[in-house]
Amino acid sequence: MEHHFDQELKALKDRLLTMASHAETAVNRAVDALVNRNLELALQVRVDDEVLDQFEIEIDELAINLLSKAPLASDLRLVTMAMKLSQNLERVGDEAAKIAKRARDLSKEPPLKLNLEIPRMSSLALGLLKSSLDAFVNRDSVAARALIPRDKEINAMHKQIQSQLIAHMKESPDNIARSLNLLVAVKSLERIADHAKNIAEEVVFLYDAEDIRHAEK
Amino acid sequence: MNSPALSSRHFRATKFDFGSFFFTGLTGLATLCILGILAVILFNIVAAGLPAISWRFISTIPKKDFFEPATTGVLPMILGTSIRVIVMTLFVIPIGVITAIYLTEYAPNLSPVTRVIRAAVNNLAGVPSIVFGLFGVGFFINFIGQGMDRALGHESVVWGQPALLWASLTLAVMTLPVVIVATEESLKAIPMGLREGSLALGATKLQTILRVVLPQALPGIMTGGILAISRAAGEVAPILLTGVAYYMADLPTKLSDQFMDLGYHVFVLSTQSPDIEKTRPITFATVLVLLVLTFALNFVAIIIRARVRKKLRALG
Amino acid sequence: MSDTVLQKIEMPSGEPASGKATPAATPFIEVEKLNLHYGAAHALKDISLGMKERVVTAFIGPSGCGKSTLLRCLNRMNDLIDGVRIGGSMRIGGHDIYAKDVDVIELRKRVGMVFQKSNPFPKSIYDNVAYGLRIQGMKSGGELDAAVEQSLQSAALWDEVKDRLHTSALGLSGGQQQRLCIARAIAVKPEIILMDEPASALDPIATSRIEDLILELKKDFTIVIVTHNMQQAARISDDTAFFYLGELIEFASTKKIFTNPTNKRTEDYVTGRFG
Repeated sequence: MEHHFDQELKALKDRLLTMASHAETAVNRAVDALVNRNLELALQVRVDDEVLDQFEIEIDELAINLLSKAPLASDLRLVTMAMKLSQNLERVGDEAAKIAKRARDLSKEPPLKLNLEIPRMSSLALGLLKSSLDAFVNRDSVAARALIPRDKEINAMHKQIQSQLIAHMKESPDNIARSLNLLVAVKSLERIADHAKNIAEEVVFLYDAEDIRHAEK
Repeated sequence: MNSPALSSRHFRATKFDFGSFFFTGLTGLATLCILGILAVILFNIVAAGLPAISWRFISTIPKKDFFEPATTGVLPMILGTSIRVIVMTLFVIPIGVITAIYLTEYAPNLSPVTRVIRAAVNNLAGVPSIVFGLFGVGFFINFIGQGMDRALGHESVVWGQPALLWASLTLAVMTLPVVIVATEESLKAIPMGLREGSLALGATKLQTILRVVLPQALPGIMTGGILAISRAAGEVAPILLTGVAYYMADLPTKLSDQFMDLGYHVFVLSTQSPDIEKTRPITFATVLVLLVLTFALNFVAIIIRARVRKKLRALG
Repeated sequence: MSDTVLQKIEMPSGEPASGKATPAATPFIEVEKLNLHYGAAHALKDISLGMKERVVTAFIGPSGCGKSTLLRCLNRMNDLIDGVRIGGSMRIGGHDIYAKDVDVIELRKRVGMVFQKSNPFPKSIYDNVAYGLRIQGMKSGGELDAAVEQSLQSAALWDEVKDRLHTSALGLSGGQQQRLCIARAIAVKPEIILMDEPASALDPIATSRIEDLILELKKDFTIVIVTHNMQQAARISDDTAFFYLGELIEFASTKKIFTNPTNKRTEDYVTGRFG
């Protein structure tokens, strides 16, 4: 017979997995809305974010309840990491909502005629998020470790797009509004990639009991 | 799944429980029987003996006029019985306690030596009283007593004959199992934890026994003593050959003296009297004195034991 | 006091007990390939571990795993049981305590013990604490009074009993009795205190006081504690040893055992999956 405690742990993990899937969907929709100027998708993302907020509350509640039962060893790591993961995923939802808002604003005006690497950066960020969540699902701490350096590439791309947009704003003051919207959206993409990296670090702690945060500073 | 609701029938007695009633009745009946028998015996003795009790009776040293209710007395018998019981106690308690301590605390449980000692103690308890008397003659009087006389260079026989000391020792041997068993039981009742606590502090086994175990076992040991006293006070057969005398003109003053005894005197009064009817009151009176003496000795011991118990339970 | 092999234990100078599982610290208690048989039963199998000085080491494991048996080897209380055979070695401060010339009585003055079921003597509180000292010959007087007071202070019991030192120890509550037993044990100033589930019969508040006491005591004494309560071991011990069926499965710092044990059986036991 399964302990009650094990059932509760399983419920926690299931909620977390579901939340991860939702977060991935939300970011997918947000990026799609941005790149393909899809207003309808943009509106859906706001709902997605609210769902993710509720998930965070629910998961934290489950986790605190489990903590009161003094879990140890791998159970302890699961419960504490669940709280951190849910927070990361909630923030990912927030960033997706921000992107969607900017996408909505941008879709009301004609697109900027700039050759920005936004689609590629979006794709990389999405890929990083997906990889980190897959590592969590598949208990693959090796894969999690491997994807941490990928964040650097996304940061570099972010910087580049940023300077491009800043230069453009100086040249064409008429386009400042649209440029700013893009700046914010791209910043959110970079934040999503950061969160994906955090998720990977938490996965490593969860499965290897090793704290690899803040290693290269 | 719903459980049936509690109704008043769960609380009312539904049918008469014959079994409980039967056994309660049986045990009550048994108690009444025992009390009844005791009451009848005591009543008989008191009714028949009380008229003959007087201060003169218990304080007079009789001349050979045992059978005269008007002039006889039982002072020497009271003294004789008391002294032999007390001397017996002085011997049996130390020896019994030490043996019990050895058996409980020191002897390896399953060794053949231990089993032999235990068997000996148990068998000793079943030996008939008169056999102890014969043992007392053969061992104490003939072997030790005469040996002492030779060693001390006595011209005439001092120790090699019936004496207070030998009678007391014979009784001690007889009541030894009682003391040993009572002491063992009280030692076993002391939890191992107490001994372990003492040993864990670096005490030796002996220190543990003397400072922790024995003080706790004291009430139990005293119970053994009380049982021994009760048994020995009324015993006649063991002292028959080892020290009691039909008639002594003076009170006993030394352990090598012979003595008179209440129990033996009852025997004398019942069998040697020329006029049984006339002697009956003093026979019963002697029995009554013996009973009172036994109760008194027990009572003193019980009081002491109660105080020891009280002291153990709550100090100051 | 007589000269015995087991002298006052010399401590390598200047070495504070760090509480971390550093291999460099010389173990104060060293068990090497210890085997114990109760008649035919093999209760302890090839136990080897080293415990540091002035540190709390916890023994955990399911019932019957041998942790209490090993504890009782440390002060040779197992000698009291018929048919016990011990092989291997157990060294305290470098001295083999099972050597032929060891005086067990002296050993037990150096290695004290507190039992699961508190066992105060049916004497006064004062006489309980003074017992160990009186056995060693200390006479009643100022020195004894001071020693009794100090022990009761160290056991966090003085304030509660100072006005009734000469009343029976049996009148104290369960938690107080256990603290009295601790005071009694530390009165003889041992180097090591062994505790066999000292709080298992106590309510949570009494337990918490005993745990605080242990954390204070470890400044002056080396403590080895057997416990069923995982959270207790996590709260108060520095190192933890996990036993199962007579074997030592894992021995590491408490933090490691309770957040990330190496051995799967340890993990399963600690998370309550078995035992």
